Amino acid sequence: MARILSALAIGLVFGAGIALSGMANPAKVLNFFDFFGTWDPSLAFVMGGALIVTAIGYLFVLRRNAPVFDRLFHLPTRRDIDMPLVAGSAIFGIGWGITGFCPGGAIPALGLGHGDAWLFVGAMTAGIALARLARQTLATRASIRAA
Amino acid sequence: MTEFTPWLSLAGGGLIGLAAVLLMAFHGRIAGMTGILSGLVPPFSNDWGWRAAFLVGAIAAPALVVISSGYAIPFESPTPAPWLIVGGLVVGVGVYLGSGCTSGHGVCGMARLSPRSIVATLTFMAFTALTVFIIRHLIGGF
Repeated sequence: MARILSALAIGLVFGAGIALSGMANPAKVLNFFDFFGTWDPSLAFVMGGALIVTAIGYLFVLRRNAPVFDRLFHLPTRRDIDMPLVAGSAIFGIGWGITGFCPGGAIPALGLGHGDAWLFVGAMTAGIALARLARQTLATRASIRAA
Repeated sequence: MTEFTPWLSLAGGGLIGLAAVLLMAFHGRIAGMTGILSGLVPPFSNDWGWRAAFLVGAIAAPALVVISSGYAIPFESPTPAPWLIVGGLVVGVGVYLGSGCTSGHGVCGMARLSPRSIVATLTFMAFTALTVFIIRHLIGGF
């Protein structure tokens, strides 16, 4: 129960940060990327603030043996740059540029009660499900061929 | 036009960072929305409990901010509905393939100086800027 309440509280901090920073506002996000139009540099401050706190905080946290509610830190270990990483990131950028919504901005935006955010998150969740299905289908076919 | 809000954005960014540090300290997890959400898309991962709780908190927070502070959080979505659906699908496929988004790669991964996250962040930032330029300045907006 403590584990669930802790995650809920941390989610609240995250959502409050997103809402106050402007990341939940697609118009503001799009303006950050519109250098030759209505440029709004605010999001550089969001990124800066988040990066400084995270980088310093991680230094202290990761010195410990384990997190409070788990036996180990779940840290990504891969360091190779592969095609899915680059292509996926490029595809994400195109979608972010069309809508001004990224996943971390859109989820808290649901709580502002605007239909646009719900429409986007519904489509995004479907996109994640489709991509996962496609990857699993391809992996299954490859293993059948190999067998 | 949107108002330039350096201090509010810096403070908001600091809270996002605080959440990332707390999630690592207590749960040993990267605060990446793609990763957290992916475990809640069927088939659910076994540890869906903390993921769902984090999500509920993140969704409830803006409403609580509005109620407690009276600050009306600005929101404007200039994209027409059909393009929101197309863009949403594109974002979903992209972040799943690329193993992360702005929060996972851009904040948590960059803070750890992960080479994969640095490449991912530079790539999606460049493509977002390019897409915005094409839509707003080459084809004249939606």
